[in-house]
Amino acid sequence: MAGAASATVYIRDGREHFLSVLFGDVTLFAEMLPKVLAGCLIGAFVTLLLPREMVARWVGHESGFTGLLIAAFFGFLLPGGPITIYPVAGAFLIIGADAGAVVAFIVSWTLIGYTRALVWELPFFGLEFVIWRIVEALPLPIIAGLLARITVRAGFRYRENMK
Amino acid sequence: MTLAINILLWLTVGTLAFIATIRGRTLLNNGARAGLLEFLLLLPRIGIGVVGSGFVAEALPNEWVAPWLGPESGFAGVLIAAIGGALTPGGPVVGFSIGAAALKSGAGAPQVIAYSTAWALYAIHRLLIWEVPMMPARIVWLRAIVSLPLPFIAAALAMLLGRP
Repeated sequence: MAGAASATVYIRDGREHFLSVLFGDVTLFAEMLPKVLAGCLIGAFVTLLLPREMVARWVGHESGFTGLLIAAFFGFLLPGGPITIYPVAGAFLIIGADAGAVVAFIVSWTLIGYTRALVWELPFFGLEFVIWRIVEALPLPIIAGLLARITVRAGFRYRENMK
Repeated sequence: MTLAINILLWLTVGTLAFIATIRGRTLLNNGARAGLLEFLLLLPRIGIGVVGSGFVAEALPNEWVAPWLGPESGFAGVLIAAIGGALTPGGPVVGFSIGAAALKSGAGAPQVIAYSTAWALYAIHRLLIWEVPMMPARIVWLRAIVSLPLPFIAAALAMLLGRP
């Protein structure tokens, strides 16, 4: 896809334009590299230093609104891809976290996790846009967690009524 | 601003490395090696994605993107973007390249936010490959359902706050 697009630009707009686009993007990419490297290193160290069992204990049962906040915060804090995140979410459930906290955790990791933002989003969009997007995403994990709790509760009530 | 973030990040790296050193040299070495390795593995993918999305943006005709997804497209544009995001397969490189390309060729910021939020929440392959095998089905469905309104809330907040 990248090859086809660059060929199109080269043929349609000429060599000079091609080079200016290439140069602009390579500069953007180079400027972001130190941040990407820092993101990778932070991720690696936090993975090694933070005991997951302890994290799970903090989001226990009946944790209320604070539990949602803590779950969302850990979603932001925990680095790594899906391989590390879903087992942690699973551990939350086993330890007794409610569905709302787990949902808040996963949504928070997807939307405001710093390693994803640093490593992936930043090189593509630039700093301002990423910060701006994250500010707008801040309330979303909490909203999702609350919605999940409401849904679960409605489900219980429905089952009670059926009996 | 960029410099401040850089300093902050590297201070964090330094602090974490220091804590790791206290706990033992092997921990420091393992962390540094894992971080560097990941960085090197990611480098070519991100490089191709960033440069590629620049060219895709140049190749896309602006007159085509702007009316559908431009700042004037309003809620309809947000809806199209959110559906597009949910249907986009592939890893971060694909999703973010498309978003960046759309932004460069005239899509509105709230629309791009709706796109990347929907893509991050729904990416079908991630749901199927990771979430379904590792989580109870009940939780997966619950999360999918409560996530439905989120791209729209994000886009609405983006419209309210305005671009910096």
